Amino acid sequence: MAEQVTPSSLAGIAGSQPRKSPGTIPLGTGLEARNVHAWFGKNHVLSDISLDFASGTVTALIGPSGCGKSTFIRTLNRMHEFIPTAAMAGEVLLDGKDVYAPGTDVTKIRLKIGMVFQKPNPFPSMSIGENVLAGLKLAQLKQSNKDDLLEECLVRAGLWNEVKDRLDAHGGSLSGGQQQRLCIARSLAVRPQVLLMDEPCSALDPGSTLRIEETIRELSETMTIVIVTHNMQQAARISDYTSFFLADGGPGVMVEVGPTSEIFSRPKDQRTENYVTGRFG
Amino acid sequence: MTITTPKPTKPWRATPKAMVPNFIAGLSVILGTWFLIEFTGLAGKLGAFLAASALAIVTLSLAAGIQRGGQAAKNVAVGTFVAIGAITAMFPVVSILGTVFVRGIRGIYVGFFTNDMSLASVNDPLDKGGILHAIIGTLLLILFAMLISVPLGILTALYLTEIKGPGSRLIRFLVQAMSGVPSIVAGLFIYSAFISGTGRGFSGFMGSLALSILMLPTVARTAEEVLLLIPADLREAGLALGATQWRTVAMVVVPAAKSGLITAVILGVARIAGETAPLLFTTGGGDAVNGNPFDGVMGSIPFAIWKALIAGSEESNARAWASIFILLVIVLALFFSARRLGKRRV
Repeated sequence: MAEQVTPSSLAGIAGSQPRKSPGTIPLGTGLEARNVHAWFGKNHVLSDISLDFASGTVTALIGPSGCGKSTFIRTLNRMHEFIPTAAMAGEVLLDGKDVYAPGTDVTKIRLKIGMVFQKPNPFPSMSIGENVLAGLKLAQLKQSNKDDLLEECLVRAGLWNEVKDRLDAHGGSLSGGQQQRLCIARSLAVRPQVLLMDEPCSALDPGSTLRIEETIRELSETMTIVIVTHNMQQAARISDYTSFFLADGGPGVMVEVGPTSEIFSRPKDQRTENYVTGRFG
Repeated sequence: MTITTPKPTKPWRATPKAMVPNFIAGLSVILGTWFLIEFTGLAGKLGAFLAASALAIVTLSLAAGIQRGGQAAKNVAVGTFVAIGAITAMFPVVSILGTVFVRGIRGIYVGFFTNDMSLASVNDPLDKGGILHAIIGTLLLILFAMLISVPLGILTALYLTEIKGPGSRLIRFLVQAMSGVPSIVAGLFIYSAFISGTGRGFSGFMGSLALSILMLPTVARTAEEVLLLIPADLREAGLALGATQWRTVAMVVVPAAKSGLITAVILGVARIAGETAPLLFTTGGGDAVNGNPFDGVMGSIPFAIWKALIAGSEESNARAWASIFILLVIVLALFFSARRLGKRRV
């Protein structure tokens, strides 16, 4: 039977998943955004976002295009400043320490808060194996047993069985879904505390998407995951918490955040309900 | 509901406090350089520059290393090295511009722009004569060379990138070979083909033809590179709307490449603006203002510089430097105006 995007079925999906509460997995305090604003030049794109990501949970950010979801997650690992006109205000706390505090080494922050991008971006000059271990080389980390790490990362990213016989093959020889899982494996190799995913499945077929969703569920046992998605069912299936962003003419704001099952079954805000039920407008 | 919006900040910029070690590093570069020049074998401007470069790499990376560790130190060391490379590359340019400005400004006075040299000799005092004829000549030469080689160059590039018709490889090879033609050969070619034995005399247009030979490959090659950077998606998007190739190229590809194509034209003009050799056998280098590029000898700034320099007197040298200054100003003015045109969105 084909799944229909109706409130009852989304709520059904969201309700049927096992959920974690903050603090059930002791991984440190987690990541907290405090009154985060973001600008591009004079353009105020994100206003006053305060959002906690408890350790070991999956948080989905949903909302229409252009509401600042991607900009928001890019402020979390300081990729935002990569754009010359960018500016921000507020604090992002990782284990209680502001990642924007003066004297913070930005490379260390990005080592702890990994990122998977919308489009799979394996390094073209490297083989599959080299891609997975690229982070160690780039960040010059010491690792005693690289083969074990390589296997571990590929297993956790759900790619091991498909590539174990051709680790020397070119990364570009994989399919889109495999490439994206390769990129996930690559970000796991440096052992981040937090993994930010910016629409990681938007370019993938349903099979690959399902595979990556399983991966995300497994990863959430040992790390904090923040995922931007346009796929409501995906948010319902994989996330513990869901946050709804909206830009209504002005800068993007966070309308509502809560446990995923509540957001999809009884949202507090009318705008959230309109969006999750597809009656947006 | 009112939210007081905080001020946009850039917390990734170094705070004044974090800059203190860099100031100390900068200070120690200055002191260290002075010390090395004063008390060791290093001497002269080159010695000072080498000492300052080495000290800058060491002290700045030390400052970063103390604050943020060995990786950051290496990062800063490489960054400083790259910056020093860029500064080194700037030296000749800045030195040339400075020299031209200082020496050229002395020979400039109002009449310099309103008189020609028809009634003055290069050894006359500076307040006699001027280079109006050369300015007009150079502008006309550039204009006509552009009229010839910009359309031809861009059409060649379009053929190579869009039509990819038969002979593309041969054409590409010939264009590349053409960019290696020595400039005097271009002048001699025009002289032997169109002037010698035909009864035609020197004229500005002949000079423009010779300059076109030099300008065409530059424009064509740069334009080709620029058009190759336009993603194939854009062409496909145009074609998928039912457009013909010609409409797609004219309305999608070329507008997308506009600023790059203007750069191609600028590079072409830069290639020819200061050329002297191709003009020797083609324009004749007159001393009077001649507004007709198709008849009679025509002066140009490079030609005037050459004439003044070989005269060798103090006055003529001053005149030459002033002319060089004017040529540079004209070329820079062309560059900046073309840059502005290229940036403007239609």
